[in-house]
Amino acid sequence: MDKSAEAFILDDQKAGLFRVNRRVFTERECLEQERRRIFDKCWLYVGHDSEVPHAGDYRSRKVAGRPIILVRGDDNTVRVLLNTCTHRGAIVCRTKMGNARTFQCPYHAWTYSSRGQLVGVPGEDSYSDAFKRDDMGLAAPSKVETYRGFIFACFDPSAQSLYNYLAGAREYLDLVADQSEIGMKVVAGQQAYSARANWKLLVENSYDGYHGLPTHQRYFTFLADAGIQMKAGNIASRRQCAVDLGNGHAVLEYDSPWGRPIAQWAAPFGEHRKQHFEELRRKFDDRFGSERAGRICETSRNLGIFPNLVINDIMAITIRSFYPVSPDYMEVSAWALAPSEETAEDSALRLDNFLTFLGPGGFATPDDVEMLESCQRGFANREVGWSDISRGMKREHPSITDELQMRAFWRRWNQLMTEPQLKRARKAA
Amino acid sequence: MNAGDIPSRQEVEDLLFSEAALLDEWRLEEWLELLCEDATYEIPPTDVPEGDSRNTLFIIADDIVRIRSRVKQLLGKAAWAENPPSRTRRLVTNVRVLGVDGEEIVVAANFAVHRMRHESVDSYIGRYDYRLVRNGQTLKIRRRRATLDNEALRPHGKISFIL
Repeated sequence: MDKSAEAFILDDQKAGLFRVNRRVFTERECLEQERRRIFDKCWLYVGHDSEVPHAGDYRSRKVAGRPIILVRGDDNTVRVLLNTCTHRGAIVCRTKMGNARTFQCPYHAWTYSSRGQLVGVPGEDSYSDAFKRDDMGLAAPSKVETYRGFIFACFDPSAQSLYNYLAGAREYLDLVADQSEIGMKVVAGQQAYSARANWKLLVENSYDGYHGLPTHQRYFTFLADAGIQMKAGNIASRRQCAVDLGNGHAVLEYDSPWGRPIAQWAAPFGEHRKQHFEELRRKFDDRFGSERAGRICETSRNLGIFPNLVINDIMAITIRSFYPVSPDYMEVSAWALAPSEETAEDSALRLDNFLTFLGPGGFATPDDVEMLESCQRGFANREVGWSDISRGMKREHPSITDELQMRAFWRRWNQLMTEPQLKRARKAA
Repeated sequence: MNAGDIPSRQEVEDLLFSEAALLDEWRLEEWLELLCEDATYEIPPTDVPEGDSRNTLFIIADDIVRIRSRVKQLLGKAAWAENPPSRTRRLVTNVRVLGVDGEEIVVAANFAVHRMRHESVDSYIGRYDYRLVRNGQTLKIRRRRATLDNEALRPHGKISFIL
C-alpha cells in the first residue's frame, strides 16, 4: 500500500471506533504539511493585551516559528510586526521585552517606528525614485484581531474573522475574562520549557480527564495530605461535561476538588481566608447571578483552542501555547493569567496554587511531559500503527474521562490536512 | 552575629558539597535534615531571574511543607518523571561567603547539574543563593534559590528532581 495514501485517522462512528495513525507523530512530511495547512491557515495566539499596557511597550517572541514583535504603538494600537528588517533580514528587536519609541536594525541602522513604519534610512539619497520608504515598513501577519484581551494573528489573508473562528470557545474565554471587572493580566514570568514529543500529544494531554488519576496520583496524594479529601468519583462529580465547541476547539468543564483562587475556598488556603473568599464569591453573585457566578468560580475548565492554545482554568489559570520544532520535539510557553485588581495577598496565593500542579517544576506537569515523551519513544515500534481515541464514543453524554474533546481536535485537523488534496483530486477528476 | 561566627568558606563548602552528594545519591530524607523548619526552595523563571515569587510566576517556590511533600513524592512510586530516578551529577563551585544579614549567612555558588535519563544529557547551569543559619555546631539551610542561566528549559522540559 502506498503509505502517503494511508489515512491519518479512522473515524467509524457506527462501530464506535476512532484511531489515529501514529505516522502523524513521527513523519517529517506530515510536519511540513502541518506548517502549510494548519499553522499558516489558523488563528494563532500571540499574547495578551496586558503584556503591552503602555505606548511603546513590546514583547518579542516566536509565533509559528517566526520571530515577531507584539507592540503597542505610539497611537495606542497593538500590532504584531514580523521581526525582520525589510532591508536584508536582520532581527530589529533584539530583546525580549521593553519600551521603545523606535526599533533600529543594528546591521545598517534602518529605523522603524513603534507602528512599524520605516522612519530612517542612512544615506537615503543613494536610492532611486522607485524606492519607496512607505512600502518598506515592517511586515505584519495578514490578520491580527483580539478577543477580550487575547491577541491572535493569522497568516492567511482569506481566513474568517477571529470572532467566527473561535465559535463556541468564546463562551469559555468569557468565563475567564469575566473574572475581572477591569481586565485580566498576564503575571510576570514565563515558563519556557519543551517536550521531546510531538506537539499534538500535548493537545491531547491538556484536556485528558482519563489520565488524571493514574498519571497524577502524586498530586492527589499531596491534596489529601493538605486536607482535601478525594472521594471516589469526586473528579467526575455533579457538574461535568465535555463539549465540542466547533472548528476543532473543545472543553472539559467540571466541579473540581481543589481550591480555586478566584472564589472557591479549600482547606490549604487556611481558615483565616474563608470569609474573604465568601466575600469574593458574593461579588460574583451580585455581578452575574448565582448560577453563572457558581460556574465561573466553582467549575474548572480545560479549554483547547485549535490548533495549539490551551487555557486551563483549574487551580489557577494557565495560558499555554506550543509549536513543533521537529516531529518529536516541541517548545512550550506557559503563563499565568489573573484578575488585575487582585490584592497582593490573593495574587501570591494564586501563584502558589498554580505551582502545586502546573509548570515544569510542579507536581503534575513534569509527569505529563514524561508521559508524552514516553509515547513518542513508543512510536518507534512501527508495527503498532495506530493510537486509540475511541473512549466514550457511543455514549450519549460523554464524560470528562472520555475522549470526545480529542476527537473534535482530530476531525478538524484531518479536515485541514486532507482538504487541499481532496480539492485537487476533485479538480483532476 | 560576631565576626567569629561567620563560617569559613571551607565550612560552607563542606555543607554544600555534602548536600550535592546527598542529592546525587537520592538520599533525600538525609538532605531534609540539612534544612531549617522554615526553609524555602525557589527556582525563578528564566526570563525574570531576579523576580519575587509572590508576584512572579516561578518554576518552583516551595515552602517547607511542599519541600517535604516533594521529597515524599520523589521517594514514592508515582513521580513518573523520576521513576526510575534519573542520574544526576552536580558540580558546585565558586563558593563565596558574601556576608551576614541578621542571623543569616549569605552564600553564593555556581552550579552545573547534569541530568542523565533516557539516553539524553541535560545540563542545568546557574547560581545558588543560600541563606544559612548556625545551629549549634552545624550550619542549616534556610533559603535555597537556584537561578538558571539557561534561557529556557529547552530541551530539558522539566525540573523533576531537586536542583
